[in-house]
Amino acid sequence: MTTKASILGYGKTDITNFVIMMVIAFAFVPMVVQTDYWYSSILIPWLCLSLAAIGQQIVMGFAGQLALGAAGFMAAGAFACFNFILRVPDIPFFVALILSGLVAAAFGVLFGLPSLRVRGIYLMVATLASQFFIVWMIDKFGWFKNYDTSGIITAQDIVIFGKPFTSPLEMYLVIVVVVTVLTILAINMARGSTGRNWMAVRDMDIAAESMGISLLRTKLQAFAISAFYCGVAGALFAFTYLKSLEPVAFDIKLSFKILFMVILGGLGTINGAFIGAAFILLFPVLLNSVGNNVFHGAIDATIISSIEQVVFGVLIIVFMIYEPLGMARLWDNIKRRSRKAN
Amino acid sequence: MTQDRKFPIGGPILEAKNISLSFGGVNAITDSSFAVLQHEIKAIIGPNGAGKSSMLNCINGIYSPQVGSISFKGKKLQKISPNVIAQMGISRTFQNLALFKRMSVLDNILVGRRLHLDANFLQIAFQLPKARTEERKNREKCEELIDFLEIRGIRDTPVGKLPYGLQKKVELGRALATEAQVLLLDEPMAGMNVEEKREMCRFILKVNDEIGTTMVLIEHDMGVVMDISDSVVVLDYGKIIADGSPDEVRSNQQVIDAYLGVAHD
Ligand SMILES: Nc1ncnc2c1ncn2[C@@H]1O[C@H](COP(=O)(O)OP(=O)(O)O)[C@@H](O)[C@H]1O
Ligand SMILES: [Mg+2]
Repeated sequence: MTTKASILGYGKTDITNFVIMMVIAFAFVPMVVQTDYWYSSILIPWLCLSLAAIGQQIVMGFAGQLALGAAGFMAAGAFACFNFILRVPDIPFFVALILSGLVAAAFGVLFGLPSLRVRGIYLMVATLASQFFIVWMIDKFGWFKNYDTSGIITAQDIVIFGKPFTSPLEMYLVIVVVVTVLTILAINMARGSTGRNWMAVRDMDIAAESMGISLLRTKLQAFAISAFYCGVAGALFAFTYLKSLEPVAFDIKLSFKILFMVILGGLGTINGAFIGAAFILLFPVLLNSVGNNVFHGAIDATIISSIEQVVFGVLIIVFMIYEPLGMARLWDNIKRRSRKAN
Repeated sequence: MTQDRKFPIGGPILEAKNISLSFGGVNAITDSSFAVLQHEIKAIIGPNGAGKSSMLNCINGIYSPQVGSISFKGKKLQKISPNVIAQMGISRTFQNLALFKRMSVLDNILVGRRLHLDANFLQIAFQLPKARTEERKNREKCEELIDFLEIRGIRDTPVGKLPYGLQKKVELGRALATEAQVLLLDEPMAGMNVEEKREMCRFILKVNDEIGTTMVLIEHDMGVVMDISDSVVVLDYGKIIADGSPDEVRSNQQVIDAYLGVAHD
């Protein structure tokens, strides 16, 4: 039985797990992983998209608002960061990053307003507007792109305390720091009354209101915090993975990808964001390498990409029906079983 | 039980004046007035569809009556949303369970203490001392409540997985956790067996006795109503046909004709 000593649910195992993860992230990976490919093409995008998935998780998994448009908030964050660094001399990178998150959060509040009126699929359509509006706005007003006409703007180098962080390993370390901090904050919120208020609104809004929760404040707060996470993720994604700023990189497809990460990873769990992001990113890589190495290219690339779509589609339906808690739940079950076996 | 009360029944705390509520053409409540006295247990009875639930919904701001007014401690509750009314000190349970299904029993009860927490999300995210202290205090209160309701065994179970009777109990727990001055209980014992009903009555009476919570309770079981209530209001077709002590109501001819004499459910 859980005792009163484990306030907020942080027990010994939580702390052990945390220490293990930090050792892996800051010592083991930098020592073992030597190829740039792993950082640039797998670890960096995985961590950036996991952060965006936490954002999607907050609004959808915790607050139960079927929002679609994470990529729009990512675009807002990315271009905000570009402009802060461009226009504010000597702005520290982390300050620019936080401000970018806040800009995205402001859009989050704005486009969260429909949630006070509509829900479900209608809300999904309404929040899609954010996606189109933000990308349109960036394209329409040259100021956001510093009047660049080439369509692709190179992202500035990340400089922290005068030291540039430009190699894949260095950028990876910057991201790990940001993701670690924001993940801890998200877990604290999720386990505290902030998260309980979100989940109460998700599960039964009328009862939540009768317990003194303001639906307006709680929903808009979830949208704002969600967009903050997406904004920071977008800025990191542009500055470390894309290394450029182009609105098309933040299209509706990316929003759907993040939505699927959350559904497959498991709604309402922070772990699920990381697991879902890993799956969505790694599965195509795996499929490709199976195609190349096992079948030696005998299978056409278009067939492989259709297989990918079919598998995602089927998995999403299966998880929605049988296991809304997603892969995070399956993972928990495996852990529990192996503990029993020991 | 009327003698020697720690919280003797006082003046009106909640007053409904000439309430009328209709949905399209259906008149759910027609020109009804009644008062709830401080520290009393007031039962609302009447056949199905009489407008009892609608009455509670008007009081806690889910519905707003087209005519008439409701006042709580002298303040009008016109066009105020349920969360503000909760802040003023009125909480409730629902006829058709309105629990947070995917959350554990403990978390459901913790949400009930929402108004006793005021750290903002940043203080919580950074686990500043204020957030930690109030969270610890509230958890302690909830653990006490869990012991009081004798539901320790299901503390960490997601509420949706519990049988109906236990869910009803958890919902009462969540309402009690609010420590509201007035609790509106919409059929808290519906679907329970005699044993479970007796237990629920014990909890309700004990809370009323020990902390003086005013209760407005909808209940069909006349035995229960006569046992635990200080006064009874009888609704029939949206109109109040009697309002008084259990004995007065029981012997009221209109009530016998309209309600008690007729088999219901
Ligand atoms: N939200 C609603 N929309 C339409 N009609 C309603 C609504 N709520 C209650 N009613 C109607 O109001 C009347 C009273 O219902 P209710 O208050 O639930 O009765 P009771 O709780 O006494 O069984 C019924 O005729 C019911 O159909
Ligand atoms: Mg009813």
